[in-house]
Amino acid sequence: MALDQSFVGRTYPPTAAYEVGREKIREFAEAIGDANPAYTDTEAAKALGHSDVIAPPTFVFAITFKAAGAVIEDPQLGLDYSRVVHGDQKFAYTRPVRAGDRLSVTSTIEAIKSLAGNDILDIRGEVHDASGEHVVTAWTKLVSRAPEGA
Amino acid sequence: MTAKIAYDEVEVGTELPAQSFPVTRATLVRYAGASGDFNPIHWNEKFAVEVGLPDVIAHGMFTMAEAIRVVTDWAGDPAAVVEYGVRFTKPVVVPNDDQGALIEVSAKVAAKLDDRKVRVDITAMSAGQKVLGMSRAVVELA
Repeated sequence: MALDQSFVGRTYPPTAAYEVGREKIREFAEAIGDANPAYTDTEAAKALGHSDVIAPPTFVFAITFKAAGAVIEDPQLGLDYSRVVHGDQKFAYTRPVRAGDRLSVTSTIEAIKSLAGNDILDIRGEVHDASGEHVVTAWTKLVSRAPEGA
Repeated sequence: MTAKIAYDEVEVGTELPAQSFPVTRATLVRYAGASGDFNPIHWNEKFAVEVGLPDVIAHGMFTMAEAIRVVTDWAGDPAAVVEYGVRFTKPVVVPNDDQGALIEVSAKVAAKLDDRKVRVDITAMSAGQKVLGMSRAVVELA
């Protein structure tokens, strides 16, 4: 069933701050097998001009996707999450995420489309730090596949 | 931000050093824990097959994380990446054996932009298929 177009443009309240931990960054870097010292060694990160260790570019998705849950689980929107696949993902960074950041995400529904029975949902997550400065924008396209035989 | 590659020394068509990234079931379990994405299609074969997949598949975000390593290793400073986007076109199927799957990533400079930035186009393959589409990064060079 096609999703309600009137949800386009709807913005959800900012999430409670997520505090980025240096050991969480290390865990993520190790999980992707990336030994870049900027992720784990404060001195190496400082040598690159950063105030502390930074996170790999895709780390922030864990935070923005959790925030997008407000949209995904909105009972009024009625998305069938069991049929959802991740279509596209994009990030635009003002600065890298770093250890100690307290990040809050504001999610907005940018577009809703229906294509061959599939519902396509574009969610934009704006990530700001504790001082209100923009850190990164994440665009997530979710595709809810049409049920078989529909 | 300290990219080690100079904008002036890069031309359209410049190839970045290609890399291959192995992925096994153990990798996926570890990534699930680190990322908080515990969708069973990434670790439970029975569940994956029931929802119509050939086998367990890698997290799209895992593949996206590996693909950009070709760019961050080249640039020197991961923060040189100012934009990064992909389309998840085909799943990386990860069999339950000692080999797992291989994600093969190559990239080249596709355009020189203003403000010492370049657009890098990334190709990610697994088992002979392109697994990411429209995979592009904008990188700010020295």
